[in-house]
Amino acid sequence: MKYFGSGHGACPGCGLPIAVKTVLNALDGKVFAVNSTGCLEIISSQYGKNAWNVPYIHSLFENPAAVAAGVEAALKALKRKDEGYVVVFAGDGATADIGIGTLSGAFDRNHDILYICLDNEAYQNTGHQQSGLTPPGESTTTTPAGKVLPGKIGGKKDMISIAVAHGIPYVASSSVGYVADIRRKVKKAVKFEGAKYIQIHSPCVTGWGIDGEMSIKVARLAVETALYPLVEYEYGKLTSVRKIKERKPVEEYLKQQRRFRHLFKHPKGKEMIEMLQKFADENAEKYGLDLKKDEE
Amino acid sequence: MKQVVRGFYSVAYAVKLCKPNVICAYPITPQTEIVENLAAMYANGELGDAEYITAESEFGAASMLVGASAAGARVFTATCSQGLILMSEVLFNAAGMRLPIVLVNTNRALSAPLSIWNDHQDSMAMRDAGIMQVYVENNQEAHDMIPQAYKVAENRKVLLPFMICMDGYKLTHAYEPVDLLDQETVDSFLPPYEPAAYMTTRKPLAFGCYAPPHIYMEFRVAMQQAMERARDVMLEVYKEWAEVSGRDWGGHIVVDYPDSKIFVVAMGSVVGLLRKVVEELRNEGLSVGLIKIRTFRPFPIDELRKALKDAERVVALDRSVSFGYEGPVSIELKSAIYGHSSAEVYSYTVGLGGRDMPKDFLEGIIRDVVEGKEKPGFAFKGHHDFEEVVP
Repeated sequence: MKYFGSGHGACPGCGLPIAVKTVLNALDGKVFAVNSTGCLEIISSQYGKNAWNVPYIHSLFENPAAVAAGVEAALKALKRKDEGYVVVFAGDGATADIGIGTLSGAFDRNHDILYICLDNEAYQNTGHQQSGLTPPGESTTTTPAGKVLPGKIGGKKDMISIAVAHGIPYVASSSVGYVADIRRKVKKAVKFEGAKYIQIHSPCVTGWGIDGEMSIKVARLAVETALYPLVEYEYGKLTSVRKIKERKPVEEYLKQQRRFRHLFKHPKGKEMIEMLQKFADENAEKYGLDLKKDEE
Repeated sequence: MKQVVRGFYSVAYAVKLCKPNVICAYPITPQTEIVENLAAMYANGELGDAEYITAESEFGAASMLVGASAAGARVFTATCSQGLILMSEVLFNAAGMRLPIVLVNTNRALSAPLSIWNDHQDSMAMRDAGIMQVYVENNQEAHDMIPQAYKVAENRKVLLPFMICMDGYKLTHAYEPVDLLDQETVDSFLPPYEPAAYMTTRKPLAFGCYAPPHIYMEFRVAMQQAMERARDVMLEVYKEWAEVSGRDWGGHIVVDYPDSKIFVVAMGSVVGLLRKVVEELRNEGLSVGLIKIRTFRPFPIDELRKALKDAERVVALDRSVSFGYEGPVSIELKSAIYGHSSAEVYSYTVGLGGRDMPKDFLEGIIRDVVEGKEKPGFAFKGHHDFEEVVP
């Protein structure tokens, strides 16, 4: 691997290296990588085993957006902007929870950065704790399914809308199940001057409870059920969505993963599955995901 | 040229002359006019190619400086009090990453209770971070310390953040005549920043790697060694500054009347008034001297041992307290002279949260020690008697 690879310690089937390699390759390695504390940082940046072949910085858990803003400001002041793109790689917890303040600040000031949120839907590095991007019904170590509770109660924070609301030029969601989609969106994003946000759905084999070989299939099921719509906004306007030919019921996605398996036997499981189906239906409606017969 | 300016401006003007590339700040309560002065200079196009960024918090401001410094920029911020401790997670990180960030802390008290007034509790909370700390006596010294701070921090033997501590209100809001530096003088003293290592696609390096137990400790030992080397680097830089500017602020400590039997030790703006008090006591024939601690980190161990070798009593004045023990200056001073001096130490924490320390008050404290009315040990001085009501 040219820009990222040898020495990284990700699990077989982990979505993170797939996403990172795709982003770095799409930008021909012209990247200043800014990483938050988390899975990616731990698997790639141990002293003496650095897997990054681009300039890389990891500071803290909650500050990658601000660190990236600083890198960008320095490159501007030193007239070195043509050296590369400033790209954040941060997890869902770093993005939607602990780092949302610095993220909002950087978006508000519209720094010329590309912020990639690697969304594996929980704090996976520390053993699968709930984050703001954990979907409802997921059993995590801090929202375990118990006799009473069916896993996480409450929704998945809508970071796409939050990013759009900041008025930044480009916002998109993508998935490790569709690397060509990641590549296209990254290449497109960097054409915009200002802050860009791409949220990439990224399977975690240990946290989600799937076999490594199932990663891509499960990631695609999230898209095919409309639980993870792939959308694109330019200057606040929805400009493209990935249409779904024959939308699958959410059960098909859920039953593949240990994190949702309790829903099929828990007394409140049916209710949660219905809620998730409703969420998928709303996504399909909101973004017009279902390919109509006449559109085929 | 001497001009009557506010303390804030004396700092901002010196920062401008040091040509930072990135300035980033958040104007939290207590608000710091330094960054407003710099913002005005930026708005007027007086900061060259520098980027001035208004942050969403001190935490964000410090984080941006980490990114900018790692990318090869000379950076600056100013803060104090709550703002400094909000930055603290980032500043510990910046020190570990060996980034020569320069910041000014306009010392103020910490909440609760909320206080916007001066003491040293904020910077004392940061003393274990791996950041150099120098306390200044007046606005001229604050002004002069800015280029010196960059020169020390950026020295490849050091590479640690540098924090200049100046008393909030007492100095920052005060108008004093300050001999403002000119660009030529600063340029002749402070070369453009050439980072030892920085983020570039031409030679990719990783900053902020994590270190398992087999290597973590070596990084921390290296920080201590850098701090030790900073002692000599600082003295060289101070000396060079005296030659370039014609103003000699002394070494890590400044001793008045070195042959005295009794010494008063203090830091910051109160030193000016203490100098007057000590002078008057000496006029009465009392053997009282004064030690101004300038460099608090690294701590001036050898200098204090030497100065206090034959002293009989030491009055150490702290503007903060480590609850459950005593003031940090006293604690560290005692630790430094242990086995090297038989002086009795009277540790007094004074002037918390802007509590006034008039001349009579300071004189009274010293006089009581001189006249043997006090026992060695720790006490607060200058507070009202009260009974805490525990419900």
